[in-house]
Amino acid sequence: MARTITVDPLTRIEGHLKIKVEVENGIVVDAFSAGEMFRGWEIILKGRSPLDAPAITQRICGVCPQVHGTASVLCLDDALGVNPPANGRVIRNLMLGANFIQSHILHFYHLSALDFVDITAILSYSGADPKLLQIKNWVQADLDSGEASAGAPFLPRYEGDYIEDHETNIQSIANYVKALEIRRKAQEMLCIWGGKMPHVQTLFPGGVSVRPTVDKIAAFKSRLAELQSFTDNVYIPNVLAVAKAYPDWFGIGGGVGNFMSYGGFRLDNENKEVLMAPGIYIEGKLADFDSGKITEHVKYSKFSSGSVLHPSEGETVPDARKSGAYSWIKSPRYNNKVVEVGPLARTFIAYLKDSNSDLKSMVDSVLADLGAGPEALISTLGRHAARALECKIVADNMQKWADELIPGEPVHSEFDIPSSSAGMGLTAGPRGELGHWINIENKKIANYQAVVPTTWNGGPRDDNGNMGPFEQALIGTPVADPENPIEIGRVIRSFDPCLACAIHIVDNGKEISKFKINI
Amino acid sequence: MLISRKKFLKISGGAVAGVALSNMWLPRLLKAASVKNGKGRLPIIWFQGQACSGCAVSLLNTEYPGIDEVLIEVITLDYQPTVMAGTGDAALDVIRRMIKDEKGQYILAVDGSIPVDADGEYCTVGEIDEKPITCLEWIREIGNNALAVVSVGSCASWGGIPAATPNPTGAAPTTDIIKDKPVINIPGCPPHPDWMVGTLVHVLKYGIPKLDELGRPVMFFGSDKLIHDNCELRKYFDEGKFAKDFGDEGCLYELGCKGPVAHCDVSIRGWNSGVSWCNRAGGPCIGCTEPFFPGATGSGLYEKLPAVQVPGLANINANANTVGIALGGATAAAIGAHAIARAVTSKKNKGKKESEKVEEKEGK
Repeated sequence: MARTITVDPLTRIEGHLKIKVEVENGIVVDAFSAGEMFRGWEIILKGRSPLDAPAITQRICGVCPQVHGTASVLCLDDALGVNPPANGRVIRNLMLGANFIQSHILHFYHLSALDFVDITAILSYSGADPKLLQIKNWVQADLDSGEASAGAPFLPRYEGDYIEDHETNIQSIANYVKALEIRRKAQEMLCIWGGKMPHVQTLFPGGVSVRPTVDKIAAFKSRLAELQSFTDNVYIPNVLAVAKAYPDWFGIGGGVGNFMSYGGFRLDNENKEVLMAPGIYIEGKLADFDSGKITEHVKYSKFSSGSVLHPSEGETVPDARKSGAYSWIKSPRYNNKVVEVGPLARTFIAYLKDSNSDLKSMVDSVLADLGAGPEALISTLGRHAARALECKIVADNMQKWADELIPGEPVHSEFDIPSSSAGMGLTAGPRGELGHWINIENKKIANYQAVVPTTWNGGPRDDNGNMGPFEQALIGTPVADPENPIEIGRVIRSFDPCLACAIHIVDNGKEISKFKINI
Repeated sequence: MLISRKKFLKISGGAVAGVALSNMWLPRLLKAASVKNGKGRLPIIWFQGQACSGCAVSLLNTEYPGIDEVLIEVITLDYQPTVMAGTGDAALDVIRRMIKDEKGQYILAVDGSIPVDADGEYCTVGEIDEKPITCLEWIREIGNNALAVVSVGSCASWGGIPAATPNPTGAAPTTDIIKDKPVINIPGCPPHPDWMVGTLVHVLKYGIPKLDELGRPVMFFGSDKLIHDNCELRKYFDEGKFAKDFGDEGCLYELGCKGPVAHCDVSIRGWNSGVSWCNRAGGPCIGCTEPFFPGATGSGLYEKLPAVQVPGLANINANANTVGIALGGATAAAIGAHAIARAVTSKKNKGKKESEKVEEKEGK
């Protein structure tokens, strides 16, 4: 008999997400992914100066603000017809790269690890590390006192098949604590160029406002070296250790198996060369990416406006009580096909295109280590592995980029805001592909739109009834105990959802007032 | 860890966002602080409304004390959706238990604004009998049973970007929802981790800190913390050297800096372990700690503040200390009143009450 399981809120992600599944004989047979929050960002952007867009759109998401900032300045560069000088381009890449590293490390340790690692192993820790002893004594004292909240925020939790090997658990807990410090240093790297983080203050069309100096470059490279060491010696081995404890999970949570990459990190000012190759992989065929084939469906989304529209002409009128709709997320499609985005998608496409020899050899060596073929990548653990390898690729390249900076050379090109124009900015982000579109009229924002990674991955069914990537990945997932559906979180968190981003921010503005209920 | 009641009374003298800190709160506050088995940690329910999680990420950026020390020694983070292990009902049951068993003993921290239009359906968390529960209902229930409330960030404090014109979802600050509890506002987009940790430690050790008219701790946001007064680029203002384009050397006033009307101590403290801050990196202050943030439609984050009289100053080889203080002080007050008045008139109803307070204050 089918049983409905609702996980709401699905925590340890960004934002408000509800997952509802039907389980039959211990297997998920149906799934619904629902975004639960709407803010109306684009309505707020409308009428403002285009210069405001990088700062305002960063605040869509405090975990990956730099990605929105990057898409936004690329979008404005396009609309204003301005190109940053080399220093400006490189500093933008260094900020984006630092955001990748902090986000990937945060995702594995602080958002996902508690689905695998048995945090209670700390209670039987017998070593001499002062930090681990402090944590052990803290949890033990709380438990001894009978506190209902003992061990918060690490307890309570779903009970389930956590890692049994004591050493792997202890090492992972120690790394969890170390990773708190490491990701803070990644934020400091962003602050060097951005003035603050989250939400950097230096992004403008035509480049950046911060000037490279030798002390900034040295401070950046020094922290980066520490993060590279952590990635090489702790993060990647830790992911592999967890993976080896869960061999089944290379066959769980695969889902749609179609992938998309916009291309990320411009390596020259002509946008001819990028670090992450663009491409589209649908039903086993690799093809060139074409942004004109993107449309958004809204049949099951809480919007009463038109469906199957390209983002540049998209419209969105929120309708909280639309019949049949179950999510505040739209469902973007490429050529009307469901595609997954994120580190796995980028890695898969780069691997097939053989566009990055470092990445290909790393993927091959990981697969050899695990005794698996490339198909194993399309899974819950494959996403974690791809993310860890991508972290290394970005970090290693940043060392080279930082050396390209030339103190004293310009960081910014002058621009004029045209009275009328349009632009598009596409970039890779930690959680997947991000696109911003702008229309400028009378030197103000007439329309601004963003199609974000978790919109691609976490959207509801499309107008043709096809489930989104989250939903497809859940189908076939075993749920051992419906009271403790730990498996649901494992699958969904492997995508690194960001709901604040995903809730569509597009709107035509004027009609919204009719949905207001004054209380 | 706790200090004497006498010292507590002496230190916690401030008004709390319109609610006077009467003696009735003190025993409960002290009890809350010691409720965790006498170890003196503050129990916290951290609830997210229309948030971006930037405030939570900023809290993680705390260096001294590190976030692990904060969790072990300062607070009990009973509920925080971004980091907690529990999910679904395992998470919400924590809140349900605390409302019942720890009534009046925990702190509610809110990040993000709270949408009130459409009966609050623009943000829901969890469900009962398949009916979604709105964020608005949660905040009311958790807040009304809390000891005190901390609004974390500018969205929870003032409404922030979600409440900017035309405020599509009726986004409201915490103080519009919770009327009869002490509320501490820690604005900023995001707030500096030192402001969050510092405020919590102050509550724990000395009681609620002294707050300004807007409910902000004066130790971080006081009138002596005007960005313009403590800006390392101030010498350029005094000399009349202004950056004309992003990346230029000079004062950022012409590029729209809101330092003359923005209060916080980052110009002294620095962001992210003191590595840099907005103006040092050439990014003009956008006033993210103030109720007027992000400003009105049409004016823009980088529109030059009106009415600063600087002509001729560029040619004066003056003693920066004397000329600067006299001129800067006067102009700051003038442009502050003007800019805020403009922002207030076009800001929609939610969050207006706080804005009006600014206007009144500046008008005095």
